[in-house]
Amino acid sequence: MYKIFKQEKMNKINKNLMFIKAILFKSFLSVLTLFVISSCSTNEKQTVVTKTQLVMNEEFDVDGAPKTELWSYNLGTGNNGWGNNELQYYTDASQNIKVEGGMLKITAIKESYMGSGYTSARILTKGKFEQKYGRIEARIKMPWGKGLWPAFWMLGANSDTVIWPQCGEIDIMEYLGSKPTSMFGTVHGSGYSGGNAISKNYTLINDRFDNDFHVFGIEWGENYINYYVDDKLYNQITPKDVPGEWVFNQPFYIILNMAVGGNFPGSPNAETVFPQTMTIDYVRVYQ
Amino acid sequence: MYKNIVIKCSIIKFHKIGLCLLSFLFVFGCQTDDENLKDTKNSDTAEVFIDAPAGMGTDFYKPYGPDASNPVGSKFTAWTIDKKEGYNSAIAMRFDVPNSDNPEGNYAGAAFIIDGVGRDLTSYDALTFWAKSSPHGVTNLEFGFGEDFGENKYQVTIKGVSLGTTWAKYIIPMPDASKLVKERGMFRYSANTQGTKGKGFIFWIDELKFEKLGSLAQLRPLISNGEDIEDIKFLGNSFSMADYSLSQTFNMASGVNQKVTAAPSYFSFVSSNTDVATVSDAGIVNIVGIGISKITGSIAGVSAVGSLTVKVPGIFPIASDPILPQSRVISVFSDKYANIPVNFYNGYWQPYQTTEGGLTVISSQNVLNYTKFNFVGTGLKNPIDISEMTHFSVDILMLELPTDIDLLLTFKNESSKPNTFQQNRIGQNYQLDARAPVVFSDTQFQAGVWATIKVPIRPKSDIANLDKTGVSVIIIENIKSSKVKTLYMDNMYFYKE
Repeated sequence: MYKIFKQEKMNKINKNLMFIKAILFKSFLSVLTLFVISSCSTNEKQTVVTKTQLVMNEEFDVDGAPKTELWSYNLGTGNNGWGNNELQYYTDASQNIKVEGGMLKITAIKESYMGSGYTSARILTKGKFEQKYGRIEARIKMPWGKGLWPAFWMLGANSDTVIWPQCGEIDIMEYLGSKPTSMFGTVHGSGYSGGNAISKNYTLINDRFDNDFHVFGIEWGENYINYYVDDKLYNQITPKDVPGEWVFNQPFYIILNMAVGGNFPGSPNAETVFPQTMTIDYVRVYQ
Repeated sequence: MYKNIVIKCSIIKFHKIGLCLLSFLFVFGCQTDDENLKDTKNSDTAEVFIDAPAGMGTDFYKPYGPDASNPVGSKFTAWTIDKKEGYNSAIAMRFDVPNSDNPEGNYAGAAFIIDGVGRDLTSYDALTFWAKSSPHGVTNLEFGFGEDFGENKYQVTIKGVSLGTTWAKYIIPMPDASKLVKERGMFRYSANTQGTKGKGFIFWIDELKFEKLGSLAQLRPLISNGEDIEDIKFLGNSFSMADYSLSQTFNMASGVNQKVTAAPSYFSFVSSNTDVATVSDAGIVNIVGIGISKITGSIAGVSAVGSLTVKVPGIFPIASDPILPQSRVISVFSDKYANIPVNFYNGYWQPYQTTEGGLTVISSQNVLNYTKFNFVGTGLKNPIDISEMTHFSVDILMLELPTDIDLLLTFKNESSKPNTFQQNRIGQNYQLDARAPVVFSDTQFQAGVWATIKVPIRPKSDIANLDKTGVSVIIIENIKSSKVKTLYMDNMYFYKE
């Protein structure tokens, strides 16, 4: 059912093409030509990817709460701030998470709630959409400011029975609001988790992640995970790169969240402006 | 050779320079009229100084001359080109900041202004440079661009800049590059020794150029430092929004916020009631009617946080003219009398003075108008002999009265020994300071009404022995830090009863 694009979806995708921007300086005619060409070749824009058969696409087209067929909430503070001393309390309130105007907005608010100093949201596809291998990408505009820690990531579908990190974690995108030009992609497994995880940074030149939307994705197959941002492949991780068992040949589910504070980003400071929103245009999965 | 020219330039009043430039522009315009229209686009050269000044002409260095707040001025020879130091080269601009007591100038500061129509900087988003200092790190420097000694229409400044002893890159973001189609002010700096206890130092600047960084974001314009403030203004008042702390804050690639002071012309201002106040493109507010108007603004479509609400009760209440004849008066400030020469009506004494303002004209009357009042002084050009005088008189107006008015008035000879002064209190005397008796009680003040305060000049006393032959400074202090928002003063004179 997801294979047939509606025309508006095509338009939306076309709008996102990064190179159109660059071309705009050139003559109107050539833009037109390219536009026509590109609208027939949506997926070819990313030479870094090979999986083009769409198997799931969440376009966030219905205003309101994220649709329950696909998403559940993680609520509260977890154990010890979700294991990281994070400062936020996750809610399902519309001020923290809502679909609006074709976008999912996850908003961190500075407010006292249930003993926490901030509220935010975290949703996951656990038990609703789980995938082994494929190309998983999302188009996201980041928040900014010290202490903000949004992520687009995956956990092994067996995470209830196999303790982390043995269940595996694939962080497709993590970002710190205090480093607005950088993001990183990471894998965690037994023997390489937390501070010893296998990770790589990607930094934009003359641009930033909170200025506009960027596409964050992985192309994942047996014994490899390729990381890309927009049309740039910046890393490949294979079993020889990890000092432990390769735990990624099994289904994973998708998580979107924005944490505030914690061991990794540190706390927000006086200059951190709240509220801050992570805006997600879409999540798409290809095979 | 440029030094001589520079000195000449700084002596010429700004409007004269403006005239010169106008004629220059005219000639220039005539020449280009016949040219292909495509050539009217101004130079978009990015470089200001790399290993030499780039496209700057021969006479771009314009040091700051003396002014009301600093009669000594900047050291004209502070800038040189150093052929032994440099970032990625052995050449950089060197700035020798003088000791605070250097008779040639007690600070270093200048604008780099190019001749001609100026550069088109619309394709950049920042002025950047590399800098370091010696022999130690220094703080509280100012850097910017957009100063042309004319309207300074698009001036931008970053303040409180620290330099270390190793090269580092500094960024001055452009509040709105689209405005900079013909900019002549390529760079400006001001450096003093307040942070180094008066001791001079050297700093170097290299790779000074305009850049398109692409990594500046989250622009946040501010009016009144982001606060919604109210001020009472009068019919006929005219003032610049630049008086209300206009700035724009950027988030840089490092994640650090950089605030720049932005000239009013970067903003689009809106007056909520144009029957009360109008605002020009240059940010000049004209008060045209009685009532209330809220002035808000934006830069490049981003609304500024903070606003100014003006409340206009009517015309300014002019202080009544003194009645004594000139022969019995030594006048410091009055439209009625011939006044003795003064150096300043606001000494801007650093680092503790917050008071801004000074001489202003309201309804064609000269008035002293002080804001953010903590203390302020008038400095006389020549010490005056008041031996024959019996009183000092001053008119004071406050539009809103705090409950705890306690003003300390001092006159003294600055160059005589300590404890040779006269002090009096106006309002209360919360410290019960016997040296400063109250001469006017706080209950006698009425909001919006001028009060004339007469201070008897005291005979010799043991505590404070005023040198009547050489009074050179008159100071008024908001000694209890009461909330005097705005203070007006007029008719300041000594007289013989």
